[in-house]
Amino acid sequence: MAGLATTFGSGAMTNSINELDHAQVVLVSGSNTTEAHPQVARRIYGCVDRGAKLIVIDPRRTKIARYADLHLQLRPGTDIPLLNGIMRSIIDENLVDDLFIEMRTENFFAMRDMLLQIDLDQVAATTNVSKCMIRQAARIYAQAQRSVICYCLGVTQHICGTSNVQSYANLAMLTGHVEQEFTGVDPLRGQNNVQGACDMAALPNVLPGYQSLDDPGVRNKFKQSWGVELPKTQGVTLLDMTHGGSVWSEGFEQLPEPIRAMYIMGENPMLSDPGIKHVEATLRDLDFLVVADIFLTETAVLADVVFPAASFAEKIGTVTNSERRVQLMNQAITPVGNSRTDDKIIAGIASRFGYDMEYESSAEIMEEICLLTPLYGGMYHDRLKGSWGLQWPCSDRTHDGTQYLHKYSFTRGRGRFEPGDHVEPAEPLSEEYPFLLITGRAYHHYHTGTMTRRSHTLVREHDRPYIDMHPEDGKRLGLQRGDMVQVDSRRGTCNFTVKLTDQMAPGELYCDFHFHEAPVNTLTISCSDPVARCPEFKICAVKAEKVAL
Amino acid sequence: MRDVLSVCTYCGCGCGLYLHVENNQVVGASPSRNHPVSRNNLCVKGWHVHEFIHSPDRLSDPLVRKDGRLVPVSWNEALDVAAAGLKGVKERYGPDRIGVLSSAKCSNEENYILQKFTRAVLGTNNIDHCARL
Repeated sequence: MAGLATTFGSGAMTNSINELDHAQVVLVSGSNTTEAHPQVARRIYGCVDRGAKLIVIDPRRTKIARYADLHLQLRPGTDIPLLNGIMRSIIDENLVDDLFIEMRTENFFAMRDMLLQIDLDQVAATTNVSKCMIRQAARIYAQAQRSVICYCLGVTQHICGTSNVQSYANLAMLTGHVEQEFTGVDPLRGQNNVQGACDMAALPNVLPGYQSLDDPGVRNKFKQSWGVELPKTQGVTLLDMTHGGSVWSEGFEQLPEPIRAMYIMGENPMLSDPGIKHVEATLRDLDFLVVADIFLTETAVLADVVFPAASFAEKIGTVTNSERRVQLMNQAITPVGNSRTDDKIIAGIASRFGYDMEYESSAEIMEEICLLTPLYGGMYHDRLKGSWGLQWPCSDRTHDGTQYLHKYSFTRGRGRFEPGDHVEPAEPLSEEYPFLLITGRAYHHYHTGTMTRRSHTLVREHDRPYIDMHPEDGKRLGLQRGDMVQVDSRRGTCNFTVKLTDQMAPGELYCDFHFHEAPVNTLTISCSDPVARCPEFKICAVKAEKVAL
Repeated sequence: MRDVLSVCTYCGCGCGLYLHVENNQVVGASPSRNHPVSRNNLCVKGWHVHEFIHSPDRLSDPLVRKDGRLVPVSWNEALDVAAAGLKGVKERYGPDRIGVLSSAKCSNEENYILQKFTRAVLGTNNIDHCARL
């Protein structure tokens, strides 16, 4: 998000999902789209069927990579040099969109000077992608009128995640593939409302709608509405809360004043955060922990107070999908048991602080959001009801929403080129830890599995933690399909059932983090991108051996 | 039986789907034909999105830790304990020693309310969620 915010001014998909139908070239990077975003994959397969070209950048030979015209199977963590190589080829072959750069962007000369230093042979050596493939990718992407980039966590979950994202934005600006229909840069968002949670400022550094914490006008507007002065200093991020505490953690500075109490709503950091041992030590060490969730999660068992929350079927409310579409969820049933919706739980606590947060309905809360947040200015429930939702920005009641962003000009004015340089992964492979572990998600499960693992159909399809390994590595370790394998990193140990597959390159392993039996984040490293604070989930060094039965 | 239009809770695609309701129980889900994203199609998670809702593991009553164990209590008691605990830390250490994690699984309205609570009532900007995970 920080990457697109600095280059374009807005951290969201520039296009709508359906615009993919009309793309001529789709470049998919760091996304197992088929499994993680099935509807997006469906559009991509459709346009490929109709003759569009598909380029996939991924260290794994995923399902979508098998359909690609060009699969750049790069060495993990080398997105920046690869993209610089592609951009250098575009300059060499004179496929640059000069008019677009002149009219819409800034800082191009710094970018060009950097690219002219790039040596393609060196890029090929760093990335393990041949020069010929790099040139071909550059031609396919740059020559088409309507090229779309879709990327996901494979790009962002690196210590250089922000710079990775900026590299893709640079590529789009270099060829003018943005600011129009059917062409743009599209980060695919993971959870159903991760876009909305960002928009609503469940973030330590902005106010709703990404309004500045420092702007006196904005602060005054909120003060008028909320009746209190807003705190001035920026807050700390999730990883600083769970790793910056009284317990020392690798790659983190200890906060001078660590967190002593937490309120956690519908999250399970005990499985989802890197370095679980540190998370557990931090949470156990807190003076006070409150968790609100629908199940007794691994995090909830550590709490002093647990509130039973209502699920999505038990409330009225809006969620914002990856393409910025704000949609209304209608209430199907009354809350299960004695559970309550989260806004009611919070209002209950607030009233004990002497602050009134009772609203008549969720529609009334949205009215307050509309009045305070220009991005959501026209998202009233009565407008969303009986429609398929509206895409932000939507400034007022008469606005029909926005299909694609940055029409005529970028949100920040001019798009800014941000030249990036290669950063080696935080944890290099060694003789003792020779395998590179990539973590991600599986088709049948969702995040920490609290919901999907209680769904019997999904469990039937996928019931245990697997690890993917190249057959050659399997042979060397004496493994056959279905054998148990023990994986160790410098931080922890997990056992998996092995799956031998040529989806993996030799020397690389892949597993998902849905299973508490194999808490993968005991293995992962806590190092993160210094700007976006996104952990390096995609690379850590491990060793693997067969478990004797 | 009636059908209620909702949005799939699993991924960022945001498929429109109908929840089939019988006797206050969600018994099935099916795609919306005209929805711009789902277009009469759901993935395996979407088709089975109703299965966790009535799981016997669902939390029903508030729990408070007493003598090291989490025991069911009334809503009033749980809210009192939660408010007192947060107040205690705020008074002892100051508001910036409290951290809040919001949820990408909850609605916009709930996220808005929690960040308002964090900023206006607790008095800190220490709020974040799992966007980076």
